[in-house]
Amino acid sequence: MALDEIKIGGLGASRRRVEDNRFIRGKGNYVDDIVLPGMLHMELLRSPVAHARIKSIDVSKAYDIPGVRLVLTGEMMAARNLAWMPTLSYDTQAVLATDKVRFQGQEVAAVIADDPYIAKDACQAIVVEYEQLPVIVNPFQAMESGSEVIRDDKENQPGNKVFDWEIGDKAATDKAFAEADVISKMELHYPRSHPSPMETCGSIADFNRATGKLTVYMTSQAPHIVRAAVAMVAELPEHMIRIVSPDLGGGFGNKVPIYPGYVISILASILTEVPVKWIEDKTGNLISTGFGRDVYLQGEMALRKDGKMLGMRMKTISDHGAFYADAQPSKFKIGLMHSAFAAYDLPAAHLESVGYYTNKAPGGVAYRCSFRVTEAMFFQERMVHAAANDLGMDQAEFRRINLVKDDMFPYRTAFGFLTDSGQYGKCLDIGMKAIGYDTYKAEQAEARSRGKLLGIGISTMTEPLGAGNSREYDILGIKMFDSAELRVHMTGKAILRTGAMNQGQGHQTTWAQIVAHELGIPADDVTVEEGDTDTAPFGMGTYASRSTPVAGAAVAMVARKIRAKARKIAAHLLEVSEEDIEWELGRFYVRSNKERGVTIQDCALAAYSNMPDGMEPGLENNAYYDPPNLTWPFAAYFVKVEVDAETGVWDVLKVVAVDDCGVRINPMVVEGQIMGGLTEAYAMASMQYQTYDDEGNCIGSNYMDYLLPTAWETPGFELHEVVTPCPHHPIGAKGVGECATVAGPAAFVNAVVDALGHLGVRNIDMPMMPNRVYEALTTGKDISGMPPVKMGD
Amino acid sequence: MYPSRFGYESPKTVEEAVALLDAHGGEAKVLAGGQSLVPMMRLRFAAPEMIVDINGIEDLHYNRVEADGTVRIGALCRHEELEDNPAIAKAIPTIAAAAPLVADPIVRTRGTFVGSVCHADPQGDWAATMTALGGHIVAQGPKGKRDIPIAEFVIGPFQNTLAFNEIAVEAVIPAPKGVRVGNYLKLERRVGDFATASVAVTIDMQGDTVAYAGIALAGVGGRTINANEAASALVGKKLTAENIASVAAAVAAVAEPRTDHRGSADYKRQIVKTFVERILTGLLNTSQKAA
Repeated sequence: MALDEIKIGGLGASRRRVEDNRFIRGKGNYVDDIVLPGMLHMELLRSPVAHARIKSIDVSKAYDIPGVRLVLTGEMMAARNLAWMPTLSYDTQAVLATDKVRFQGQEVAAVIADDPYIAKDACQAIVVEYEQLPVIVNPFQAMESGSEVIRDDKENQPGNKVFDWEIGDKAATDKAFAEADVISKMELHYPRSHPSPMETCGSIADFNRATGKLTVYMTSQAPHIVRAAVAMVAELPEHMIRIVSPDLGGGFGNKVPIYPGYVISILASILTEVPVKWIEDKTGNLISTGFGRDVYLQGEMALRKDGKMLGMRMKTISDHGAFYADAQPSKFKIGLMHSAFAAYDLPAAHLESVGYYTNKAPGGVAYRCSFRVTEAMFFQERMVHAAANDLGMDQAEFRRINLVKDDMFPYRTAFGFLTDSGQYGKCLDIGMKAIGYDTYKAEQAEARSRGKLLGIGISTMTEPLGAGNSREYDILGIKMFDSAELRVHMTGKAILRTGAMNQGQGHQTTWAQIVAHELGIPADDVTVEEGDTDTAPFGMGTYASRSTPVAGAAVAMVARKIRAKARKIAAHLLEVSEEDIEWELGRFYVRSNKERGVTIQDCALAAYSNMPDGMEPGLENNAYYDPPNLTWPFAAYFVKVEVDAETGVWDVLKVVAVDDCGVRINPMVVEGQIMGGLTEAYAMASMQYQTYDDEGNCIGSNYMDYLLPTAWETPGFELHEVVTPCPHHPIGAKGVGECATVAGPAAFVNAVVDALGHLGVRNIDMPMMPNRVYEALTTGKDISGMPPVKMGD
Repeated sequence: MYPSRFGYESPKTVEEAVALLDAHGGEAKVLAGGQSLVPMMRLRFAAPEMIVDINGIEDLHYNRVEADGTVRIGALCRHEELEDNPAIAKAIPTIAAAAPLVADPIVRTRGTFVGSVCHADPQGDWAATMTALGGHIVAQGPKGKRDIPIAEFVIGPFQNTLAFNEIAVEAVIPAPKGVRVGNYLKLERRVGDFATASVAVTIDMQGDTVAYAGIALAGVGGRTINANEAASALVGKKLTAENIASVAAAVAAVAEPRTDHRGSADYKRQIVKTFVERILTGLLNTSQKAA
């Protein structure tokens, strides 16, 4: 008899997360938990100023402190050709500053000492003389003619522009605008935010002179890419480098890039010949590592008066900080910004993007954003909200008219993506019913009569998850496929390794469920390992919601290879030909006699003890999976708020989230991802942003200034599910990890703007702090987070 | 956390603690709850030579309401001990209202009332509350104890008038002149955030007439804002909508807010005015219901 899939922890089982057992008992194994014999400790000295020439660095007083073993400066790195390193976007980044510091928090020197206290004391004893330079804190200052050139280290870099990029059909878009009845406009700033994972970045580099092997324990979401990069930058042979990512305390894209601290710790270990540990402090993490957003978006939509969208023009101006270090598919300069409006039947679109250097921390594609899809969808849904209002149409009705219909798939978007599946209208309906949309207009009017401001915001979107296919997606030329390797032991237990890297997604739990689904081996019998480049197959790591679409597919594919071999073994054991064998979950049987069968465990034992003549022993294999397309989940989010007219404080009354991410491997894990993402969406909308003063000081360098919501503020969420399987994924799954962070913020902003709509307010830039909302509701004007410079045409 | 090197002593009596402070001539710091001192040491904004940990002095761990209504809060009384405390709630409603709004629950289990007053943070809840209540601090030094009225104790941002060798051992709130009512409202961007604006109001009622009115503000100036003079306009009068509106406007006028990322000066004044109105209107409604 076939096994009960839910009982063995297969697809659809809300199996408790295997990893939580150790995490909640304090038995996780993070980088900082690792202690190696003779290990030294490294601390970084960071620049207190945002832009300055380094006139001198005096480290002599640091060496006076007992316990200080080594002090590294940019000059010493330069002597080894390590002062600069390549970024993931074909730029360069300073490892330790030599000529200038270009943002507050930039790495200037490193102290290696017997303990972290001594290292910190010694950092304070280093004397650096800075000659301050004009500071550029936004792209509008950066683009001014005659402004200070930040990257004067680069040849052919006359100004501060990083790139100028466009996509779409300009002529067709112009034509749509010529034919439009109504043109609606939107302009906004998506502020800079930082992922701030609970665990900061860190590494322990352990170079063994005797064996020539370098082992680095580090906080990386993509350890295999790091190995390749270290091989190229440090000129060490790749087989002598082992990168180990142990448990990660969150990532959210913050742990994709390669940071100076990692590189310096490696050199320090090579020079001292003992392991060197570097653990970044919270401030260091917040002010120097990969951030998200910081994009100014402007656009206009051409509309027919019956509500049909005709065309869309978009322009983005992005702030990349001092180094263009965005971790994204190399072909696309502003990530997948052109995924905007993919859910809508939009005939023509054009996007123009310009990026600039500023005296701020580098990064740009971190924080659960699927390569800038966060900004794209936020702008999309703010634009859609404004367009519906400009047409005098209902928000839900306007979306219904323009969302791609079920029978239109596969649908080619105006920017060239191919969406393949979904039931957008159904999701909209479920959400409207759950939020009480039919009575809300009356409710809103009644509330206004009591001086209460009530609003509902909607956000509907599909986003491209699971880069990539190798035709379109690579990072520095390495194609964005992924991998899995499965070894079934003779007792039918198994170990699975993938090229992805868990950082909270629950891979240990969910990958085993895919194996259970494909092979009938109970999920509890499958060990999952990731993150050790010496044992796991090469993969591009975990970010941009790509694990399930890519590595998860590889898991299914390798399990199918195992099943194919097991089938031959089963035929041998049952003494029939392979063609006469049928499969049901966990068991092969003879077609003509269902009672005669062998289990997958029987086949596993036979693979080591009784294999057919001529068959290679063992039951293991691997799979590299190059997805044919991205996966396209859909989200329909509804938020209902009430605004206090005397203070600008807004309370969330209800949040409804309808998600269609195809087949759910573990519904509980999916729901956890959505709730986490909605929390972050609420955070962006309400309080969480990083800003800089005119001198380039980061406001948001600690958790009193950089606000993360607590359980106290965070509203409850009502979740609903629709399942439209992905047509090309082996188990029909779509990515979901980032849906709520991406689609969520616009639902909150749309709700508050809806509450204030009758006062003439069209936009309040995030975060919608009470003072901003109060100003909007008392003046009836838009509240912009932009600097007092216009974007121009 | 990697603070600078420091010495540590854990005295068992106030006298020993005072002697240690005296011996280190201003380079020692008292550790009670540590919720401000320790973060400053972590960031190396503070690097005291010596930490005098008074947590072992059990005699300082109390809060009590005396027969005449005077309230005494010892130096080791944690914020959370003033939350859900029926005796305190009856004696000083403003403290009961403010206690659950102090920082976050983690801080409240360690941090102390007296320590917070000593810290004199312009955004501190207890310095404002004590100012509205007109209490005093009992300081103990080598020559014994002295009382310092709160207005003479908190004299500026992070400035109190303790001598280097004195410890604030107790906060004292005087007995009410009638039936004491009050409330505390705070606008913060998130639990644990510094206040955008906070308003502490305490009123002693004799019948339907105000016998004492104290109001103080936090977050709206470079120091704790003492609005008791503006509040005193209510004394001898009844709480009416008209009186409430005029006091709210007067209190907002004495605030000294600055424009920053929490909002403009005008916005903060608006919050102060709204909160004073809401608190006093709430007290009026409650008293009308009771009557």
